[in-house]
Amino acid sequence: MTDWVVQAKDLVKTYMMGEFEVNALRGVSFNIKRGEVVSIMGPSGSGKSTMMNTLGCLDRPTSGEYILDGESVADMNDDQLASVRNRKIGFVFQSFNLLSRLTALGNVELPLRYAGMSEGRRAKAQAALEAVGLKDRMTHRPYELSGGQQQRVAIARSLVNDPAIIMADEPTGNLDSKVGKEIMSLLLNLNKERGTTLIIVTHDPNIAEQTQRVIRLRDGELDPDYDENGKKKS
Amino acid sequence: MRSGLTVLGIVIGVAAVIAMLAVGNGAQASITGSISSIGTNLLFVFSGSPESQQGPGGPGTGRSGNNIKPLTLSDANAIADPFAAPSVEQVAPTLEGNALLTFSGENTTATLTGATPEYFSVRNLQMAEGEFINSEHILGRMSVVVLGPEAAISLFGRADGVVGETIRIEGQPFRIIGVLTARGGGAFGSEDNSSYIPFTTAQSRLIRRGARDQVDVIYVQAVSAEAVPQAVEEISSIIRQRHRTPVGFDDFTIFTQADFLTIFESITGVLTIFLGGIAGISLLVGGIGIMNIMLVSVTERTREIGLRKALGARKKDILLQFLTESSLLSLIGGIIGIMFGWLIAYIVGQVAVASGTNFIPIVGTDAIILSTSFSAIIGLFFGIYPASRAANLEPVEALRYE
Repeated sequence: MTDWVVQAKDLVKTYMMGEFEVNALRGVSFNIKRGEVVSIMGPSGSGKSTMMNTLGCLDRPTSGEYILDGESVADMNDDQLASVRNRKIGFVFQSFNLLSRLTALGNVELPLRYAGMSEGRRAKAQAALEAVGLKDRMTHRPYELSGGQQQRVAIARSLVNDPAIIMADEPTGNLDSKVGKEIMSLLLNLNKERGTTLIIVTHDPNIAEQTQRVIRLRDGELDPDYDENGKKKS
Repeated sequence: MRSGLTVLGIVIGVAAVIAMLAVGNGAQASITGSISSIGTNLLFVFSGSPESQQGPGGPGTGRSGNNIKPLTLSDANAIADPFAAPSVEQVAPTLEGNALLTFSGENTTATLTGATPEYFSVRNLQMAEGEFINSEHILGRMSVVVLGPEAAISLFGRADGVVGETIRIEGQPFRIIGVLTARGGGAFGSEDNSSYIPFTTAQSRLIRRGARDQVDVIYVQAVSAEAVPQAVEEISSIIRQRHRTPVGFDDFTIFTQADFLTIFESITGVLTIFLGGIAGISLLVGGIGIMNIMLVSVTERTREIGLRKALGARKKDILLQFLTESSLLSLIGGIIGIMFGWLIAYIVGQVAVASGTNFIPIVGTDAIILSTSFSAIIGLFFGIYPASRAANLEPVEALRYE
């Protein structure tokens, strides 16, 4: 039996935009193995962001089933979802999203604080920053760091809680190609060393190539032109 | 910077509350003090009664204000009788008016009191130099005068070394025999701009009244502060008997220091509440400022809120964060405001001292506790709405917010 970390079944998401009903997801089903590196691709309007929000437990699907690391999250309330996000998901955003008032260490500590951890918080945050190669930048504030360094802080923050999955939304989108490569190899290394499942949302084919599998979306459905491994059907 | 401006609203509010209450309390203490300095065992007997002027004075009652018999010297003597009024220590009848004093071209208007030697001790006066009116001056109807220091300064430019000079009161020459020490501003205006002449001299030459032997005010010193109510009873019954007035239709009024205290305390109490109320409004305005800045802050930090939620912050965490911020803002404002208000009160006190008024604003612990807790509550109250808005943001929307 395979160890699935993500089991999505018939995910449907409908929301109202003014008077119009928008069907962002129209019944998407897929599974992701523990430790897998997966990219989600698709043109804009394909439901990519909605998929990311749903997988990241930022939003609930209108219908369907989503089991994350053994927990069914589709019917949870806001606070339960917050707790799931805190324990099981690490986020890496395109624009880093660090709090400028806090130091690198303070930013990394934030998820631990919301987890209610008080002792050993600092040590754990320091270990996470060391893992991303920022041992000597811990007390710097975001504006004192380069873009690549900021994204490393964000990665340290995403893995500090030992999450089941790391959701990266265009993690190299705001970086030049050289730094972008460094960040990608860091993410892939962390996946190798720690076995953390990595889900990357991107529209960059070069990024998608580096992942083990590509989930392609089009018009809120899995792209019928590709098979489940992301290979184009002939 | 912007938080600083917001805090300023609370600072001004709290400072205003502190300063206003301090000034109010100070005024009360100052007036209470000056009334107490009159002497706790002093009574004033006036002619006429408050009731007969407005109350049962209609044609049907048969009595009116016109029927008032004036107080006379013999009334005063009767009160001084130790057998009829054992609670009375000393009695000082006076005639009181205003007069023009002149000395070689300088002139000033001062209160003129026709007094007896007892007046000196009954009013608890003190001589800066010379002596007060004695019985010899009374018997001889002598043209001598004792000046208050302010009157002396108006005429001579100084308050010492004027004994022996001759001044004119309403054109008649009087020799100065003494100058009193300064008493400062009292509840009845300055008592330093005054002049005292022998009772008999005033009676015959300067302050003429309709009836012979008439007096204006009889100052009575009770044997002790505790004996004041007893003295009031004794004096009332003596005068009622002499004026043949039925009980309830007194044609005289006895005022005690306690009566003055009650009146002034109620006046300053209203004043303090009034000032405090105005200051409270400015505190309220400051609170609305806090609410405003917190709403702006929530909008500005939407992305931050979204991020915090993505990282696992629950509604409670966000709510707590913003409530803490707003109450901290107003608490800081409150603390600065207390210091600021204290400073204002101190400056007001210094100004009062510099202008010669004996008036010290009192910053009470109750005012401090009141305004600190009030400002913290305001921070909480006006923080609730912005904080709950922040807590209820959808993480997806908040993260996407630009």
